[in-house]
Amino acid sequence: MKKRSALISIVTLLIMSLVFTACGNPSGSKTETRQLGANAGENATELSFWTFVDLHGKHLDKMLGLWNQQNPDKQIKLNVTVMPYDDMHNKLLLAVTSGKGAPDIADIELGKFPKFLEGDNVPLESLNDVYAPYKDAVVPSRVEIYSKADQVYGFDYHVGATLAFYNTEILEQAGVDYKKIITWEDYKQAGIQVYEKTGKYLGTADTSASFQASLLLAQQNADFTDENGNPKVNSPEMIKAFEMLVDLQKNNVIHTIPGGQPDTEEAKGEYNKGNYASALMPEWYMSRFVNEMKDLKGKYAIAPLPVFEEGNPRSVGLGGTGTVVTKNGKDVQLAKEFVAFAKLSKEATTEIWNTLGFDPINMEVWKDDAVTKNPENEYVQYFKTNAFDTLNEIKDEIQAIKSVKASPTIGNIFNTVTLNAIFEDGQDVKEALDEAQAAIEQELK
Amino acid sequence: MIKKFVYSQKVAPYVFVLPFILIFLMFWFFPLVNSFIMSFQDRMLGQDPKWIGEANYSKLLTDKVFLISIKNSVVYMLGTLVLLIPFPMLFAVMINSKLMMGREFFKSSFFLPALTSVAVAGTIFRLTFGEMEGSLMNSFLGLFGVEPIKFLKDGNWSMAALLILACWRWTGVNMLYYLSGLKSIDNEYYEAASIDGASAWQKFRMITMPLMKPTTVYVTTISVYAGLAMFTESLMMFNGNKSPQNIGLTIVGYLYRQGIEQNKLGYAAAVGIILLVIAMVINLTQLKFSGMFKKEED
Repeated sequence: MKKRSALISIVTLLIMSLVFTACGNPSGSKTETRQLGANAGENATELSFWTFVDLHGKHLDKMLGLWNQQNPDKQIKLNVTVMPYDDMHNKLLLAVTSGKGAPDIADIELGKFPKFLEGDNVPLESLNDVYAPYKDAVVPSRVEIYSKADQVYGFDYHVGATLAFYNTEILEQAGVDYKKIITWEDYKQAGIQVYEKTGKYLGTADTSASFQASLLLAQQNADFTDENGNPKVNSPEMIKAFEMLVDLQKNNVIHTIPGGQPDTEEAKGEYNKGNYASALMPEWYMSRFVNEMKDLKGKYAIAPLPVFEEGNPRSVGLGGTGTVVTKNGKDVQLAKEFVAFAKLSKEATTEIWNTLGFDPINMEVWKDDAVTKNPENEYVQYFKTNAFDTLNEIKDEIQAIKSVKASPTIGNIFNTVTLNAIFEDGQDVKEALDEAQAAIEQELK
Repeated sequence: MIKKFVYSQKVAPYVFVLPFILIFLMFWFFPLVNSFIMSFQDRMLGQDPKWIGEANYSKLLTDKVFLISIKNSVVYMLGTLVLLIPFPMLFAVMINSKLMMGREFFKSSFFLPALTSVAVAGTIFRLTFGEMEGSLMNSFLGLFGVEPIKFLKDGNWSMAALLILACWRWTGVNMLYYLSGLKSIDNEYYEAASIDGASAWQKFRMITMPLMKPTTVYVTTISVYAGLAMFTESLMMFNGNKSPQNIGLTIVGYLYRQGIEQNKLGYAAAVGIILLVIAMVINLTQLKFSGMFKKEED
């Protein structure tokens, strides 16, 4: 079998090199632009939108159809450009800070957002006026993370409430009931049983993303930074969190995964093969299951996260993408109104769930069973349990991790050095975190 | 008057070199001076620059990540020198030999990878050296019962992967330089040596090698620069500028991280100036020792 796969790989590689040599794509990027707003009239205003997630364009396409129907005098055509994550953020930062070449509307990921708010001249438009009508319906912490000095600069797609996704097929084989996993100790015992009975791991030890660190800190009401925004990554809470994870790794409960974290191509392949029995990820990870792990349909159940002690908050909002309006756009006011409509209105939040499978920040929809339990919805069909049953159960426990000036640096050092040192090279937790603290302070000097 | 001016033997040379001078000033000298000034500033796009003296340089000296990037770039550069000078030379001699069959086929096969985009080649190599059991290298090693290796999480393995990529791409190009060098060697030398009873090895050592020196010096010079300036290969191999524990971070990668990703243009400029100094020192030393600055003897 191995011989055959090696042979197939070699032949594929040879063919691919010939094909790619012939094509000679000089830039090698996956950039593509397409125009949305097919129902817009000839006098429609043409706006441009940059994103790094193809699905976001799909959502805006639906919202644009509705907007153009409802606003015949303010119709829009939207030129959507999808670029790879780093590429898009780098280009956007250069474009908005230099004042040349920026799109009218753009998606900025939470981890990159503080870079755009640095200094006195924020190159983004304040969205306060278009936010006002929705102020009481949305989760405030999901707006604060995109704000500076009382000015709101971005609207998120989702709350990103962290949930536990369990592969019930593997758990049943191991004789584990996921509903009885309440604490991390329960999770550990369940993982030991899963490994002994099936040889599979219950979870992942992430080396290229800080989701696990974030959720374990939030459960202890702690953060990566102090109240002044200074880094404190070697805090007792962080040490406790990582020592627990290392203990889980030593007991074969969790294991490093190709790609470094569940939201990568390689890792999704591992999940599809059934090599890992749970993912502790934000709610938006549901869209990855439905779109990229189709083999697992009907096998996964959703539950609250395990906690250190009963009574700890069981979730934290993780990840996020703020849609912004840049300062040099053609029609800034129109862009602002459309972004608010596309992200915060009742219609928008319904579509955010229907199309993207996200937990929208306008919480009115969370209580609307007609939307959240619609049997036609592919997210409802995919999972064994309904996401909103769990989301409504934990909705008052969703913590927030601050995104401040130091956050991109902390994320960079954690995701390149610290997590690899701990989980791949077995470095002592305290020592690795002390080194991370020193490296972050040095970089921020 | 104009005719006299244009036809003047004194003026004409200046007119001919003017385009070069202009290009040199616009694309080399001016950016260099500007970078040098920026390296003494705290500068971000969209914000006013602040003069901070040599602070960027003193911070760089204690910056461990920067030192890692220098180490990676220098090791990579030395690796490319060791692999991409002797082997292409050897291949060129082999292909140039009259006994060689299918010469043109080998020439184009070796050269083909140079036409492939780095982005595509890097991506293919990333998949080849993936840590999954089914990746090309691991399934090959699996034939011999070797457990899967996490190639791109280990400093030595990932450097080896980068060097294999460099060899795959550049062997053909360097071989062509050597082939053109070989063409300029007069055949009479070899004939004379044959009459004197010299062996093939003696001919290679006493005739080919010394007469190919200018080519070797040229290839060394561009390899030093290319090795130190490598960035895209690493970016593609690690799927971004974030290799685990910075094992694939190069000097230019660090410049990009600071200047483009972090918008710290002053600090990035200081990194660039240090890269320039390192490249100049190595190349000038190499040129000095290879006697390139000596006047040719009559």
